[in-house]
Amino acid sequence: MAGLRVSVSLPRLVPGLLGALLGGLVAALFVASLLIGPAGLGLRESLAALVTGRGEAVVLVMREIRLPRALLGLLVGAVLGLSGAAMQGYLRNPLAEPGLIGVSATAALGAVLALQTGLAALFVGALPLMALAGAGVSVLLILALAGPRGGALALILAGIAVSALAGAATSLVLNLSPNPFAAMEIVYWMMGSLADRSMAHVWLAAPLMVAGMALLLSLGQGLDALTLGEDAAQAMGVRLVRLRWTLICGTALAVGAAVAVAGAVGFVGLVVPHLMRPLVGGMPSRLLPAAALGGAAMVLGADVAVRLVAPDQDLKLGVLTALIGAPFFLHLIWQMRRVEA
Amino acid sequence: MAGPVHPPARVVSINLCTDQLAMLLSDPGQLISVTHLALDPLVSSMAAEASAYPVNRGQAEQVFLLQPDLVLAGTYTATATVDLLRSLGVDVVQVPPVTSLAEAAAQIRLIGAALGHRARGEAMARAFEGEVVALTRRGPRVTAAFHYPNGYTTGKGTLADDVLGRTGFSNLGAEAGVTGGGILPLERLVMANPAVIVSSTLYPGASRSEEVLGHPALRALKAARGVASDADWVCGTPHILRVLRRMTALRDTFAAVP
Repeated sequence: MAGLRVSVSLPRLVPGLLGALLGGLVAALFVASLLIGPAGLGLRESLAALVTGRGEAVVLVMREIRLPRALLGLLVGAVLGLSGAAMQGYLRNPLAEPGLIGVSATAALGAVLALQTGLAALFVGALPLMALAGAGVSVLLILALAGPRGGALALILAGIAVSALAGAATSLVLNLSPNPFAAMEIVYWMMGSLADRSMAHVWLAAPLMVAGMALLLSLGQGLDALTLGEDAAQAMGVRLVRLRWTLICGTALAVGAAVAVAGAVGFVGLVVPHLMRPLVGGMPSRLLPAAALGGAAMVLGADVAVRLVAPDQDLKLGVLTALIGAPFFLHLIWQMRRVEA
Repeated sequence: MAGPVHPPARVVSINLCTDQLAMLLSDPGQLISVTHLALDPLVSSMAAEASAYPVNRGQAEQVFLLQPDLVLAGTYTATATVDLLRSLGVDVVQVPPVTSLAEAAAQIRLIGAALGHRARGEAMARAFEGEVVALTRRGPRVTAAFHYPNGYTTGKGTLADDVLGRTGFSNLGAEAGVTGGGILPLERLVMANPAVIVSSTLYPGASRSEEVLGHPALRALKAARGVASDADWVCGTPHILRVLRRMTALRDTFAAVP
């Protein structure tokens, strides 16, 4: 613990400040998400409609179209950032991320199966539950194939295999659908989008996302101890089995629900923890909330950008996050190469 | 494109709209195959009639083996297929997509001539034009909007736009600057609050694209009346008159309001 204390002394002041800065950024982007849209509403008019409910069409636009979009951007971003940080902490591997290692892809497969089999029409929760099951299966698979001792290579290879398999199965299901639009939606499930979501989607996914995030945020102390190694963590009273199951359930709940309503948005869970880590001094317990806020900011920002760049096109969210994330990923690999060399 | 002097004996259609015109204008036995699309009641007005014909999927090999004298195709039908058929010596008549009711009449004449039944085509086109005139409504316009999966809409220069114009409606998509097909964002649709929303019939199986048609914000637009577009809207055949009758009747229910 002595060693930790030294490294902690520097960023001790930072958490409050960082929290305030990130919180402010997220709030600003949330408001921007509410104010920017193709309808071109006035600032005062739209905010008044949102709060007071006066002005018929404007209220519909604000409360039924923009509010759910902003809320989902906030939650989906937080979920992705947080789950990325938690997985990286548990696996002690900088490449762990729900998109990269196939968790999002299998969640999408679950969601697509729920929709195409008609299960989602049978009862309300079927869509997120199937996505959750998909995400859970892949987290279990990844942990079995490339657990904490598995190393980066095993993790990435397992992730590629799981992603490819889930992506192919998703494409197959959509291609076989009697609905001609379904096949066109392969891109949506692989890239993610928040366009034209409704409050129904928020109610469907938000409780599960919040529950999953609560589980993941509770991992902080355990992950801190785990930075010293498994034996040390166990000696400090961390129950590893419980930690692992909390991670699995939290990730499955949060990512599954997020993907069910927004598709698989990539790279957020990879980039955000890496951006936040230097700011919080490498402590997982501090990284988790920071990554959640950072993820929310990134997705809200990307979703605002999508609307500014191509207002009438429904440019996919994942296109933007990948454009930012993939070069970052390459940079990361470059660094790892130098470390290994 | 004057069509052959002798009526072609074996005609194959590889386009949904020429399928229907050929079924209406050919002699019994003259048309030997239509596309598989003609069997789909969601896009074909003559699905029942089409079941009497062998179907093709528009591939050159399959079409050539039917030994046609004449192939009817659209101008956007796979050009490789059309080129291949022509190089094999098959006569192919290509028709462009119809973008107005006037063009629909012209296309009836064209297909009639290609099939060697010029008089039959002329009579059908005249009857069509007469009925279009009878169904035309002038006076103040009622705002209508096309709202299809993924927020797709049809604007200026389309058959659907012409149908709205003829029957006393204005097209929100065209006013929003859309030419041909384009996107009308849900927000803009809600803000414009049109009196009539023309939407498509849902396909079986689920799709996220179609979800937007049932968006709560749309259901909350109390004023708007929904019209389900169907196969009759797709092609410039006499079946589009059924659409005109429906839309004119709907327009007549809006008394003198703007």
